[in-house]
Amino acid sequence: MWPRLKRWLLALWRTVRRPSIHYSLGFLTLGGFIAGVLFWGAFNTGLEMTNTEAFCTGCHEMRDNVFQELKTTIHYTNRSGVRATCPDCHVPHKWTDKIARKMQASKEVWGKLFGTVDTREKFLDHRLELAEHEWARLKANDSLECRNCHNYASMDLTRQSTRAAEIHKRWLGTGEKTCIDCHKGIAHHLPDMTGIPQG
Amino acid sequence: MRDKSLMLIAVLVVLVAAAVGFAVGRKSTPEPHVAAASTTTTPAAASTAEPVAAGDQIDAIRRGAPVNQEIAPPLMARVENADVKRNRAYPMQPPTIPHAIDNYQIDKNSNRCLLCHARANADKFQAPPVSVTHYMDRNDQFLATISPRRYFCNQCHVVQTDAKPLVANTFKDIDTILSEEQDKKAN
Repeated sequence: MWPRLKRWLLALWRTVRRPSIHYSLGFLTLGGFIAGVLFWGAFNTGLEMTNTEAFCTGCHEMRDNVFQELKTTIHYTNRSGVRATCPDCHVPHKWTDKIARKMQASKEVWGKLFGTVDTREKFLDHRLELAEHEWARLKANDSLECRNCHNYASMDLTRQSTRAAEIHKRWLGTGEKTCIDCHKGIAHHLPDMTGIPQG
Repeated sequence: MRDKSLMLIAVLVVLVAAAVGFAVGRKSTPEPHVAAASTTTTPAAASTAEPVAAGDQIDAIRRGAPVNQEIAPPLMARVENADVKRNRAYPMQPPTIPHAIDNYQIDKNSNRCLLCHARANADKFQAPPVSVTHYMDRNDQFLATISPRRYFCNQCHVVQTDAKPLVANTFKDIDTILSEEQDKKAN
């Protein structure tokens, strides 16, 4: 087994090392460049297709549970018509972080195949665990996905209610707390929160 | 070359077709549409009818409009969100909520109100903590956490909107009545 693999690898190595006989240098470099562009475009397009509300709600697990809850919140419908879709909060916007998140998400494909949350009951049983993952992620990156749109420096505290302004100034302005510390369950219903610090 | 003559014929055919199309198009240019908007009726005269002042009649919800007429609904009221405590109309009145509570989750999993108003959190948010009575069971024994019978805040505490009252209210609080009594005695 091992010698055969070695022989095969050596043959491959020799082929790769040898200069091309039939193709010109121009064809190989230009062709490689164009093939690279095509591959990259296709890869990124494919990735972006998985980054849409339509894709996320394509599975009944998302459509029947969390999406229905999102619909009642201000992030879905509001006076100015700006909607935060699933990936706006759940997928980092920067490329490297996005790829890292997308690789993590392959676990979700596993979950889909084996029906980890394929009924309402199973989903409710897993809700705390799922929520804790998201809280931990947002806590670790200082609520980056919130801050992609909500920037403390751009907040007009005078346009907030006095209560909200006070609390934002005291806890968010000093950096002692981050968005997710208080704003849990703003887009989806909360799991059983006994013993979990909120705010 | 045979192809050349074919090409020439093709170009000619296209040109002729274009010319014919142009001529037909020019002849049958449609007359500009006469504005038909003038015929539209003014929407429901009833909406302009001045509703009777609130409180002057019993049927406040219809605001005095005949039953066969539909009146324009009043503007939707806004929840007052000024965070200024309101007076209680009588000593045992549950205080009204001086802020918006949109999408506050109150169920067996979580109670958004207690996030700030619980005894343990009140200092952090400078919120008035719920009264001690809310920690008492029905035998007046104090519990460590909020009493289950007091858990659903909205059963008693409500927000206030800027809607105009539909029915007149002649309620006088006890202080007013007492001072009136005093005045009567003095006279």
